[in-house]
Amino acid sequence: MGLRRYLATRGIILFCVLLTTLLLTIMLVGSNMDVILKKGVSIQIRSEITENKLLMNSFKDTKELDQFIQNRIDDRIRNLGLDSPWYSPNRIALSMYKIITLDFGHATFLSSDSGSSLVSDIILEKLPRTVLLFTTATIIISLIGIFLGALAGSKTGSKIDKLTSSFAVISGSFPVWWIGMLMIFVFAFTLHLFPARATPLIASNDPGYIPSLFYHMTLPLITIVLIGFGTWAYMVRNFMINIMHEDFVAVKKTIGISQRKIIFHSALKNVAPPIITVLALSLSGSLGGAIITEAVFDWPGMGRLYFEAINVMDLPVIIGATYVLTAFFLISIFVSDLLYGYLDPRIKTI
Amino acid sequence: MGLLRNDLSAGILKSKVGISGVGILACLILVSAFTIVFIPLDTYKQWNNPSSWTSFPKSALPSWVNFFLVKKIPEHQLLENVQTAIQTGRDTRKIIQDFETDYSFDYFPNDFIYQYTVEYQGTPVLEFDVTRPDGVTLHLLSYSLPDAKSRTVFSDKIFSANESIRKNILLASDRFAFPIDNMAVEEVVFSKIGTHEVLKGKYTFVTKISTTDTQSSVHDSNLIIGGKVFGMIGTDEQRRDLAIGLLWGTPLALFIGITVSVASVVSGLVYGVFAGYKGGKTDESMMRFNDIIYALPALPFLIILAVTISNSIFLMIGFLMIFGWVGIAKVSRSMALQIKNRQFVEASKTMGQKSSKIIFKHIIPQIMPYALASIAISVPAAITTEAGLSFLGLGDPSFPTWGQILHDASTHGAVTRGLWWWVIPPGIMITITGLAFVFVGNSLDSSSRIRR
Repeated sequence: MGLRRYLATRGIILFCVLLTTLLLTIMLVGSNMDVILKKGVSIQIRSEITENKLLMNSFKDTKELDQFIQNRIDDRIRNLGLDSPWYSPNRIALSMYKIITLDFGHATFLSSDSGSSLVSDIILEKLPRTVLLFTTATIIISLIGIFLGALAGSKTGSKIDKLTSSFAVISGSFPVWWIGMLMIFVFAFTLHLFPARATPLIASNDPGYIPSLFYHMTLPLITIVLIGFGTWAYMVRNFMINIMHEDFVAVKKTIGISQRKIIFHSALKNVAPPIITVLALSLSGSLGGAIITEAVFDWPGMGRLYFEAINVMDLPVIIGATYVLTAFFLISIFVSDLLYGYLDPRIKTI
Repeated sequence: MGLLRNDLSAGILKSKVGISGVGILACLILVSAFTIVFIPLDTYKQWNNPSSWTSFPKSALPSWVNFFLVKKIPEHQLLENVQTAIQTGRDTRKIIQDFETDYSFDYFPNDFIYQYTVEYQGTPVLEFDVTRPDGVTLHLLSYSLPDAKSRTVFSDKIFSANESIRKNILLASDRFAFPIDNMAVEEVVFSKIGTHEVLKGKYTFVTKISTTDTQSSVHDSNLIIGGKVFGMIGTDEQRRDLAIGLLWGTPLALFIGITVSVASVVSGLVYGVFAGYKGGKTDESMMRFNDIIYALPALPFLIILAVTISNSIFLMIGFLMIFGWVGIAKVSRSMALQIKNRQFVEASKTMGQKSSKIIFKHIIPQIMPYALASIAISVPAAITTEAGLSFLGLGDPSFPTWGQILHDASTHGAVTRGLWWWVIPPGIMITITGLAFVFVGNSLDSSSRIRR
C-alpha cells in the first residue's frame, strides 16, 4: 500500500469517526432539542400576537384567541420543518450538514462576553483562554517530563529514578481538581498569595487586563503542572530504558562518549517518535481544557463553557463544542500518525 | 491456572509496594465490612434529609484538634439522663431527671437544647434548673405543657435562646459582678460570677415535670450542649456527621471501581482477542468501531449521558464501562496476534478445535496476567471519574460518595471559608484507594512481565 493510499484511507476513517461522533451527540440531545425549539416557537408567536393590540381586540373571547395562536404555531412549526420528529433522516441530515460547514447557529441561553449569541463567536472567545492555560501547562509539563524522564531512565535504580517513579505513581492517583481545592485553600485562603477565582475582575479592554490574567492563572498553572509532570517523566523513563539497552548505546559508552551526551543526543533522538506522538495528542487534548479543573478555578475557558452549557442544556453550544473538540482530537491523531512515520525510519508507514 | 495464581501472588508479595497495596486494600475492605455491618443502613438513606441531623452541630471541627490546642474548644455533647426519680403522691406525680456534664473547655458552648417526649393527661408543669460547680442554682424555665383532655404524647425542644429563659436569667443579674443584659444565656450560665470567664466543673441540669396524672411518663429525653468540635471528622454545613459519609463512601467506591474495571477489562479482552484471532475483514471492522469509541471525548459524553438519560449510580457504572474497554481491546488484540501464530494454537487448529474453545482455552489464559494487572490499574480511573462527575453535581445524590461530599463542600464554599475537614478527608480517601489498586496493579504487571 503506497503512502498516499494509506493517508487517504486513514483520513476517510477519521472523517467517518467525526461524523459518527456528531451523529451520536445529536441523537443524545435531539429529543430535548426538539422540545426546546418548539417551546421557543410558541413563546415567540404568543408575544408577537399579544403585542399586536389591533389583532388582540378583534377576538371575541379567549377560546378564539387560543385557537388562532395554536394555528399560527402549527404553521410556523411546519414551515421550520419541526413537525417531523427529530429523528427523521431529513432533519438529522440537515443539522449535520449545517454543523459540518461550521454553522452552529445561535446559543439558546449563553452568550459571549462581548454579547454575541453566535455559538462560533462564543467558542472563538473561550478557546484562546484555554490555550493560554492548558497548552502552556502541557508544554511545561512535557519539558520537565522529558528532562526528568531522560535522567531517570538512563540510571535505572538510582535515587532520581526511584523518586521520579514513585512521584509519578502517587501524583497520578490524586484527582487534579481536589489538589486544586487544596491549593486554593493554602495559597488563596491561608496565605493570601493568589486569588481564589481565576477570572480577572477587570474589563477585558483595560490595559491591566493581561497582567491580571497572568496573575490569576498562576495557581491553576502550578496545580496542573505539579500533578501532570510525574506521569510524563515516568513515560519518557520507560521509553529511555528500552533505548539504553540497545547495542549502539553500549558501543558509544565503550568509545568513551560522555553519559550526558549519549542521553541528550543519541538516546533522546531515538525516543522522539513516541514522545512526539504523545505530545501531539496531549496538546490537542489540552484544547478541551479540563471541565472539572476549570470549574474548580472558575477559569473562563472551553471546559467551563461546556459545563455551563450542559447545566442549562444549551444544545447548540454543546453540539458545537463537542464537534470542535473531536475535530481537533482527530486531526492530531492524523498528524501524529504522519509524524511517527516520518520520524522513525524503521516504520515505513505500512 | 493454579500455577499462574501462585506465581502472581508470589510476585505481589515479593515487592514491598505490592504488599503495601494489598495491605491498604485489606484495610479498605475491612472498613467497608465494618460499615455495612455496624453502621445502621438508615444513616445513609437519611443522608440528604436535614431533619434527621438536627441534633448535630453545624460545621464542627473534628474533636481531635483539641489535642493540638492550648485552649480547648467545647465538644458537642448529647447527654442522656443519669437518673430519673419519680415521686408519686395520691393524685400527683413528679418526674425529675438529672443531666450531668463535666465542662472543662475554655470557650462557652454554642447553645443548649433540651429535647423531650412526654405522655400525659391534664396540664403538667415543666421546671428547668441548673446547678453549677460553684453551688449556684439558676432557675431557667417554668413552662406549662399544652392542656390535654385525653392521654397524649407530646414532643418538644427547649432552646437556650428561649425568651423566657432569658428573662429568668436576667432576674438573677445581681448575682453576677458584670452586666449580663446583652449576653446570650449560655454565656451567663457557664460563666464565673466574678469575671466573665468560663467556669469549669460539674454542671447538673435538672428537669422536673409535675402533673396531676399518676400515669404520666417521660419517653425520651436528652440534653444537647452545643459545641464546636464533634466526632472523628467533624460535621458539615448541613450538620451531617462526615465520618458516616466517608464510611459509606468506602464500599460505594470499591463497588463502582471494581465493577467498572472488571466489566470493561473482561469485555475488552474478549473483544480484542476475538478480533485478533479472526483477523481479516472482521478484525478490520471491529477495530474501526474501536477507533470510533476511542475518539469520543469521554468526559463530555459522560456528562451529556448523565444529564439527558439518568444520573442513577448503576447507569453511571454502565456509562463508564462504555469508555473503559477500548484501550484493553487494542492491547489484547495485538497480544492475540502474537499468540495465534504460536505452534500450540496452530496445532489445536489443525486438530479441528472450535475457535471459541481455542480463544478461551489457549489464548485468554496467556493474556490473563496482563488482564489482572489492567483490572487493578483501571480501578482508580473509574473511581476518580465517578468522583469528578459527582463533584460537578451530576452524581447520584441519594448515595454519599466521596465526590458527592466534595461537591457539597464546594457549593458551600468550604475552601474559601477554611472548612478544611470537609475537603481534605474525602480527597485522601480517593487517593488512598487509587494508590492501593495502582500498587497492586504495578506489582502484578512487573511480575507478569518477568514471566513473559
